[in-house]
Amino acid sequence: MNIGSGSLVGVPSSTSSWKSGDVVSDQFPVGLRVLVVDDDPTCLRILEKMLRNCHYEVTKCNRAEIALSLLRENKNGFDIVISDVHMPDMDGFKLLEHIGLEMDLPVIMMSADDSKDVVMRGVTHGAYDYLIKPVRIEALKNIWQHVVRKKKHDWKDNNFDQSGSMEEGDRQQKLSEDVDYSSSANEGNWKNSKKRKEEEDEADERDDTSTLKKPRVVWSVELHQQFVQAVHQLGIDKAVPKKILELMNVPGLTRENVASHLQKYRLYLRRLSGVSQHQNELNNSFMGRPDATFGAISSLNGLDLQAIAAAGQIPAQSLATLQAAALGRSATKSAISMPLGDQRNLFSFENSKLRFPEGQQQLNNSNKQIDLLHGIPTNMEPKQLASLHHPSQSFVGMNMQVNSTTQHNNSLLMRMSQPQPRAQMLNGANNGSQVSRLPLSMQQSLSSEGIPGAVLAQSGIVDNVRGTVYNPVSQASSMVDFSVDQRQELQSYNFSLGSNSSGMSTLTNRRMLHEEVNSDMKGSRGFPSNYDIFNELHQPKSQNWGLQNVGSTFDSSHHPSIQGTQGVSSQLLLQQGISSTHNSGQNRNDPSGKPMYSNGEESGHSNPMGGPQLNSVGRNMLAVKAERFPDADYQSTFFPEQFGQDDLMSTFLKQQGSVGPVETEFGFDGYTLDNLPV
Amino acid sequence: MERNNHLRRQVANLRQSLFDQGYLDDQFIELEELQDDANPNFVEEIVTLFYKDSARLIHSIDQALEKQPLDFTKLDNYMHQFKGSSSSIGAKKVKIECTQFSEYWRAGNVEGCKRTFQQLKREYVVLRKKLEVYFQSARQAGPTETMSCRPN
Repeated sequence: MNIGSGSLVGVPSSTSSWKSGDVVSDQFPVGLRVLVVDDDPTCLRILEKMLRNCHYEVTKCNRAEIALSLLRENKNGFDIVISDVHMPDMDGFKLLEHIGLEMDLPVIMMSADDSKDVVMRGVTHGAYDYLIKPVRIEALKNIWQHVVRKKKHDWKDNNFDQSGSMEEGDRQQKLSEDVDYSSSANEGNWKNSKKRKEEEDEADERDDTSTLKKPRVVWSVELHQQFVQAVHQLGIDKAVPKKILELMNVPGLTRENVASHLQKYRLYLRRLSGVSQHQNELNNSFMGRPDATFGAISSLNGLDLQAIAAAGQIPAQSLATLQAAALGRSATKSAISMPLGDQRNLFSFENSKLRFPEGQQQLNNSNKQIDLLHGIPTNMEPKQLASLHHPSQSFVGMNMQVNSTTQHNNSLLMRMSQPQPRAQMLNGANNGSQVSRLPLSMQQSLSSEGIPGAVLAQSGIVDNVRGTVYNPVSQASSMVDFSVDQRQELQSYNFSLGSNSSGMSTLTNRRMLHEEVNSDMKGSRGFPSNYDIFNELHQPKSQNWGLQNVGSTFDSSHHPSIQGTQGVSSQLLLQQGISSTHNSGQNRNDPSGKPMYSNGEESGHSNPMGGPQLNSVGRNMLAVKAERFPDADYQSTFFPEQFGQDDLMSTFLKQQGSVGPVETEFGFDGYTLDNLPV
Repeated sequence: MERNNHLRRQVANLRQSLFDQGYLDDQFIELEELQDDANPNFVEEIVTLFYKDSARLIHSIDQALEKQPLDFTKLDNYMHQFKGSSSSIGAKKVKIECTQFSEYWRAGNVEGCKRTFQQLKREYVVLRKKLEVYFQSARQAGPTETMSCRPN
């Protein structure tokens, strides 16, 4: 294939170096930029030589963390990554997930281990190939096919995304999340969405590349409500995109948009139904062992726990609920028995229980994700992580920390969420390239759960902070800003940060934390996610913001289109709500995007904020938050860890359910539990 | 020169015997093929690098096997890494021992693992000696033709 040729249409330039600018075509795959990661120097040297002999441009690296930072610094500096599985500093699969989420590059795994389960893990994590050592040069000669395939795939996704509205020119950037339902629906979606998001973003920057940008469909709260109503009207089983489209009667909306959104919605519902069982467990266990959980989780995802821990501590405030949610997740380890029961009360969400179960499950998953964080160089990290790691106390401490150092905590949480969100974010939100990669992580707990959880956690934390301090609220606004600023920082996190709003939620949290001080509510500056978080926080229901944010954040990068990233089933949905708010790139305050804006009234979340961008939203959020926290907000925040996407969804739904009126406000209404036909 | 030709023949024989006796496999040939004018001593460099790096790994595995209780994850990782690098240089017998080790490992036969590991170390040392002789002869005979098995 000559994709390399500059004439290739639609090749998303973001991910590859063979953009139209490159003169690769003739010599493709000559000059393919490969990053090789292996802690074994012998293998590394051999691979380097082999790849050079294939006329590829090789960069070798013996540590996963270095590889990640290399990739982050130079987003488009590589075309493909080859990584070993067994590495001392970071598991190869984690690295794979990270790369998938953040950079959306094809990754090839290799190992002397040829046992089926390991190879299977490679597949589920989204590896493009799995090579058994010793690697022969012939095997390396053909790795370019993965790059080409990926590009094509992305391109296609973009194109399909809005089949109706898009023009060919600009698809690529809009990776159609919708289109990619493969593997775990989420994965594909995320990947696509993420990719798209990124591409879109890039496209924006590069005018010439994406000449026609298809307007991304943002699933605002209202739109989502309409959607949900239509679905309910038809009956969840009978709801087909065509009919839904007709019922909704929204001009400019295509059947494809609805189809992808429906898919996400379905996944979301499925997730919710699975949640209810665990809640009870969570409640009990949670309180009992914050430490335990903490420890358990910490090992996995120190971050998650911490988030949870932090969450746990805040029970009094309503954080408890959040925590419970979050803990619920970690509770899987059971440690975090955040008093779900208590929290639930706070939240008055029956869903919260549900959330936990999921959380728990997801927690585990999320845990995994959290680990990813380790690899991620976050700004906050060391301290925050450290603070997070303290079991039980940390919870308390966390809370305190959260309050006091909301920034830090948030960042931690954010961080935590990050890993998770990544998964999640990738899935849905980001169209960014990375999303696709996450397949595995996302799947697992919805791997995204991690994100949602994380997000939640963050939100939770943020909330906590807010709740207690309520600075956050303003911070939320500031968060928004943060996101903007942080964007850059977050970039590494990408997914959560923001490129998509969804991601942002987690990121935003982080950002928020950092910037709490700033309280500049810039509103969505660009980080739609920030809003999301706030919004979500406010809304007990929207807690899924983790998901949402994730979804939205990813895209976001200020793209209102975040919603477009429907890829992520639950998350995206969330995002959409959120992203829509963000989208506007900035101040989207539009509440529609962020259902979570707890505009203060649960029932009516009407997005009062609609207009005012974050600031107003932030304010509302504050108000809401204060109220909300006890309920869902915290839960949602704490869930981050647990949340895989499912959790978020469930939480989300729960919140919505409990909130009742949620529907109105945020696009997520549809997800409110009570509405769910499930 | 005669002497040179003689030396070259010797080197070629040495090389062939390593394959015949099962010390080396095709992967070694892959390495030889990577050698070129820009990297005339590539194979020797790689082998040297392998032995240097794996010494540390062998030591780690030794320690890990002595620890009570056994750290399964670590051992597993070490072994996979060792297998990966030894197979990358074409160390056939060593690789066979690694595989045997993995089998005992999976079966939970710790004693079997320890025994196999001792055997593995022996093979590892034997191969090193043989390769040292080989490389030395090759250097003496002249760099260009000796190492490659490429039909020139």
